[in-house]
Amino acid sequence: MSKVYIALQDNEESRFIVEAIEEDNPDSTVIHMPAMVRVEREGRLVVRRETVEEKMGRDWDVQELHVNLITLGGNVEEDDDALSLHWNE
Amino acid sequence: MTIEIKTATLEPVRNTFAHIERRFGDKPATRYQEATYDVQSEVNFHYRPLWQPELELTDTRRTAIKMADWYAFRDPRQFYYGAYVQARAKMQEVAENNYAFFEKRGLAERMPEEAKQKVIRCLLPLRHVEHAANLNNMYGSAYGNGTAITQALLFDGMDRLGIAQYVSRIGLLLDGNTGDALSEARSYWMSDPLWQGVRRYLEKTLVTEDWFEVFIAQDVVLDSLIYNLIYEQFDAKLAQQDGQDLGMLTEFMQVWFKDASRWVDAVLKTAAAESDENRLQLEQWISHWRGQAEEALSLVAHEAVEEGALQVAREALDKRLSKAGLFK
Amino acid sequence: MAAKKLNIKEKYRLLTRDLDWEFSYEDRNKAFPFEEFEGIKITDWSKWEDPFRLTMDAYWKYQAEKEKKLYAIFDAFAQNDGHLNVSDPRYVNAVKLFLTGVSPLEYQAYQGFAHVGRQFGGVGARVACQMQSLDELRHVQTQIHAMSHYNKFFDGLQEYSHMHDRVWYLSVPKSFFNDARSAGPFEFMIAIGFSFEYVLTNLLFVPFMSGAAHNGDMATVTFGFSAQSDEARHMTLGLEIIKFLLEQHEDNVPVVQKWIDKWFWRGSRLLTIVSMMMDYMLPNKVMSWKEAWEVYFEEAGGALFKDLARYGIRMPKYADVIEKEKEHISHQAWWTFYTHGHAAGFHTWIPTDEELDWLSAKYPDTFDKYYRPRWELAKEMEAKGERFYTSGLPQLCQTCQIPMLFTEMDDPTQIAYRDCVHNGERYHFCSDGCKDIFEEEPEKFVQSWLPVHQIFQGNCGGPGVEDILRDYYRMNVGADNMDMKGSPDELRWKKWKGVA
Repeated sequence: MSKVYIALQDNEESRFIVEAIEEDNPDSTVIHMPAMVRVEREGRLVVRRETVEEKMGRDWDVQELHVNLITLGGNVEEDDDALSLHWNE
Repeated sequence: MTIEIKTATLEPVRNTFAHIERRFGDKPATRYQEATYDVQSEVNFHYRPLWQPELELTDTRRTAIKMADWYAFRDPRQFYYGAYVQARAKMQEVAENNYAFFEKRGLAERMPEEAKQKVIRCLLPLRHVEHAANLNNMYGSAYGNGTAITQALLFDGMDRLGIAQYVSRIGLLLDGNTGDALSEARSYWMSDPLWQGVRRYLEKTLVTEDWFEVFIAQDVVLDSLIYNLIYEQFDAKLAQQDGQDLGMLTEFMQVWFKDASRWVDAVLKTAAAESDENRLQLEQWISHWRGQAEEALSLVAHEAVEEGALQVAREALDKRLSKAGLFK
Repeated sequence: MAAKKLNIKEKYRLLTRDLDWEFSYEDRNKAFPFEEFEGIKITDWSKWEDPFRLTMDAYWKYQAEKEKKLYAIFDAFAQNDGHLNVSDPRYVNAVKLFLTGVSPLEYQAYQGFAHVGRQFGGVGARVACQMQSLDELRHVQTQIHAMSHYNKFFDGLQEYSHMHDRVWYLSVPKSFFNDARSAGPFEFMIAIGFSFEYVLTNLLFVPFMSGAAHNGDMATVTFGFSAQSDEARHMTLGLEIIKFLLEQHEDNVPVVQKWIDKWFWRGSRLLTIVSMMMDYMLPNKVMSWKEAWEVYFEEAGGALFKDLARYGIRMPKYADVIEKEKEHISHQAWWTFYTHGHAAGFHTWIPTDEELDWLSAKYPDTFDKYYRPRWELAKEMEAKGERFYTSGLPQLCQTCQIPMLFTEMDDPTQIAYRDCVHNGERYHFCSDGCKDIFEEEPEKFVQSWLPVHQIFQGNCGGPGVEDILRDYYRMNVGADNMDMKGSPDELRWKKWKGVA
């Protein structure tokens, strides 16, 4: 199974997003690099609005993710509640 | 003492890029200048486009208008990307509050049925007009020459997509998000005799080859007439019929038109002032398209406002043309 | 009456997809005339899946937020003389190469996406391309603004635009994008939207920008990552377009495969410049080119091609050669620039001993065997006051326009040459990949504006090389280029830092 991944700018908002991703995606790997943080996981990874809102303590629109996003790998599905990445194999 | 040494040794070697210095002198440049002038490739293109092998990738022969320097089209708003999105973000914030207020207070229900019907028939079909305007401005951005004008055309094109979306949202506010108002408006656009002239006009612009002529037909002639007719006159008329709340939803378009007109007028003025040949070409295009547009809009003007409304719009257009140095 | 809640997909359909209409008064094919000539079959544009459903109001809002943050950093960078914080003045040469070689490509991307954003018959795809066009304009402009400060304190950035249209090595990136833009709209999307954006720009923007951060360049890393935040949208557009084409008609599969073969080869050639930036031009290292290639091409690209296998798409042709090249190309390229350092628009240098050791460690199978001895020799010559510059003009590959610097991958001591005859003329290539591309479209590639040919034909002034560099390229010979040691850049840096 191939890995999907997402990389975010290393800043305050991203810290909450990464925390939310880790919580919703057991066995994901977080890699810190200069100025960025990359999370990868085999097959599938999801960023859930509710979890991020819980971490941030405020309303959060899934499209806000784009402000801090650096790159991603995988097929993207985005709706009001989540952004998910997956590979079809 | 140490401070003095520091400032002396940290003196810049130059103030700006060489091409900016050649145009504006050896002094610090504005962000608009550095982002705009001489950024586009000019020579030594490698391959002729497969889709238009008689021309280069960027080629001044895609229009009959001739300019010694295509960077003469300075945008009076000095929009480069950052300045542009920040200006629009401010406008959208106001619009967002207006739309939210309109929805929260249930203002759609307060609007008389007759006024609502008018909006659906006379205003909502403009989402299709804006869509054509999006394509027509993208056209100039893709095939025009010199960043000064092509970036402004791109901004205009994207603005028109945004306006098409705001107009569509007016429909959704009126029909409670069912989409019924939009499909009703679409059927007016497709088959109501009221709109067929405008649709014919726009379909014609979409197959017109000269990008500057497309700019004239869309941004100068048609927009001038339509924005005056609908967002000024129709808006005022609706207010008299207890439909004044609509004004909250069209404020964006009114503010936008004022902003865009500043740029359109500058382009027109610069092109006309360049040479008699340009001026005559512009006048010929304008006369042609203005005649077509008046014919196309006569039913809309009558239905949306009243007899004589088109004359008012035409006068506003002619005033702009005359300020640009045309038809003197 | 309580308004129905619209989900994002429905809303986007009404606000975007529903705007277009069937023509009654003109022939719609005349409004969108370029969709058929490439042999791609589109049966139903309505099957297009929007990658991101961003409406303009949200676009303005989020992009303005990004721009506000970005320009606050640019202002702070300029006000605090941020250029003094870079790790080493050699680093700035990577920035010069970026502004002269890469930023003008962002401009071409803007032009290319404006073209397809006008030409596609399907409104969903069109609008996604238009937004990308606008983003690409953002990228070129933010890059110019970020580097504007460096231009005030370092040589070699001041004529970036003039140079991009003329200089020998800059014709490599320029012709790459000219090739894509002069192709049909679907090939452009496979070339730029898919091959370049989905796989290759990651190699430029992610590890290299992380490297910029590691070298104290706040301005570059900020625009780099801020630009990448748009890139995620672009990558998804690239993936959607390829899936769309493959799903529309089975006859599209071989056409798309041919384009993938072409553009992955073209792209890997183009990235030679980035390989050398990573391995040689970043004084503080983040990862080697080889490591970056393994993460972003082999791993990420491999996953992508496994995903596309269900359509009958296979890995790009010459993937096996490309895999071997990661061990070599950065070394071969930097050596070429070092020896042509008088004709480049930036400074070159011999890596420090510490850097040579790093390269030996990162490239255990190749560096000591093939490349380190050259640098040891160059060091000896430099110590004797005989810094080596080659006097000849290099022969260029007809397709990628890179000088003949690549070796046979199975024999790294042997320069690779290929040639073929077309209409009685002989054409030269650096590789089988480039020769194949030529033979597929000879009418296109015979047109290449090859800088060295143009010099020999007298189209670039002269007569001497120095006249051409000075007058035609507008290089400030001796200040913009030659060795870093003793350059005005280095002297100023020492003065700023108060070292002798």
